[in-house]
Amino acid sequence: MADGTTDQGPVTMLATPISLDFEFTPGVAQSKFLRGLERGEFLGQRCGTCGQVYVPSRGTCPTDGVATTEDVVLGNSGTVTTYCVVNVPFAGQAIEIPYICAQILLDGANLSFMGLLQEIPTDQIRMGMRVEAVWVDEAELIPSLASVKYFRPNGEPDADYDTYKEYL
Amino acid sequence: MAESEVLHAEHRLEYPYARSTGPIIGAFLTALREGRFVGATGSEGKVIVPPTEYDPLTGDDVGELVEVGPGGVIDSWAWVSHPLRKHPLQVPFAWALVRLDGADTAMLHAVAAPGPEALATGARVTAKFCPEAERVGSMADLESFVLEGGAA
Repeated sequence: MADGTTDQGPVTMLATPISLDFEFTPGVAQSKFLRGLERGEFLGQRCGTCGQVYVPSRGTCPTDGVATTEDVVLGNSGTVTTYCVVNVPFAGQAIEIPYICAQILLDGANLSFMGLLQEIPTDQIRMGMRVEAVWVDEAELIPSLASVKYFRPNGEPDADYDTYKEYL
Repeated sequence: MAESEVLHAEHRLEYPYARSTGPIIGAFLTALREGRFVGATGSEGKVIVPPTEYDPLTGDDVGELVEVGPGGVIDSWAWVSHPLRKHPLQVPFAWALVRLDGADTAMLHAVAAPGPEALATGARVTAKFCPEAERVGSMADLESFVLEGGAA
């Protein structure tokens, strides 16, 4: 046994990270959405057939199967349709628990997406709560959802259930 | 939107797995950290390297751990002309099955050599460990095997 190694104790654990390096090309529609984030705005697309507005748009309407060509700038505020309070720690967790993951229906959109909700105690979150996006400083805006720091209550009265019941 | 406006990014998806080694693999890795090899004694007195927890023929617990190597013989090999980023060596090398002295099984690792013409089945090799301060209890503590006589 080599000197100086015995005090480390026997090996009982082995780090075996697995990783996959890949290149991602988001395509035309998602690139538009991501470039919108770089300008500090949410950009969606409207289907010319059914009129639904998707954000982020994949470039086609999943209902009608047609290309979505009309760009729509959406509001900075939206409504919490549903939410989850995260209490469980996991490896690589970047946010202090407990925190809230909320499905947010942006004003003008017909599709909700998931966002982090902050500046509210976890026991006060509720469906229908009106929230707004908090962006990083203008100099730090990048074409990524990382440009949105989080959402927070915007002070408006809760939305009526009928306004978001189709999006649960 | 012009083609040039479509974004493109490099991503890495990574899971930070950790595994518990158990007493036998743990002992093997501990030995590697100390710059030596151990194998497990299996049925019919055969020595298994790297050691398994159970005899592959009978399923019984293996017996005592015994020291093997650090020299050995190449049982078979394949030359790698273009090493990949995650390969143990970043210059052309051979993957080889090396049967360490005192072992009855061969273990897979890299053999450093100037070229494939320097290698042959049956050639004698010996272990080249990383510097002691860099060893962590991992297969990578063994940098590679090198030809006995120091061709590499």
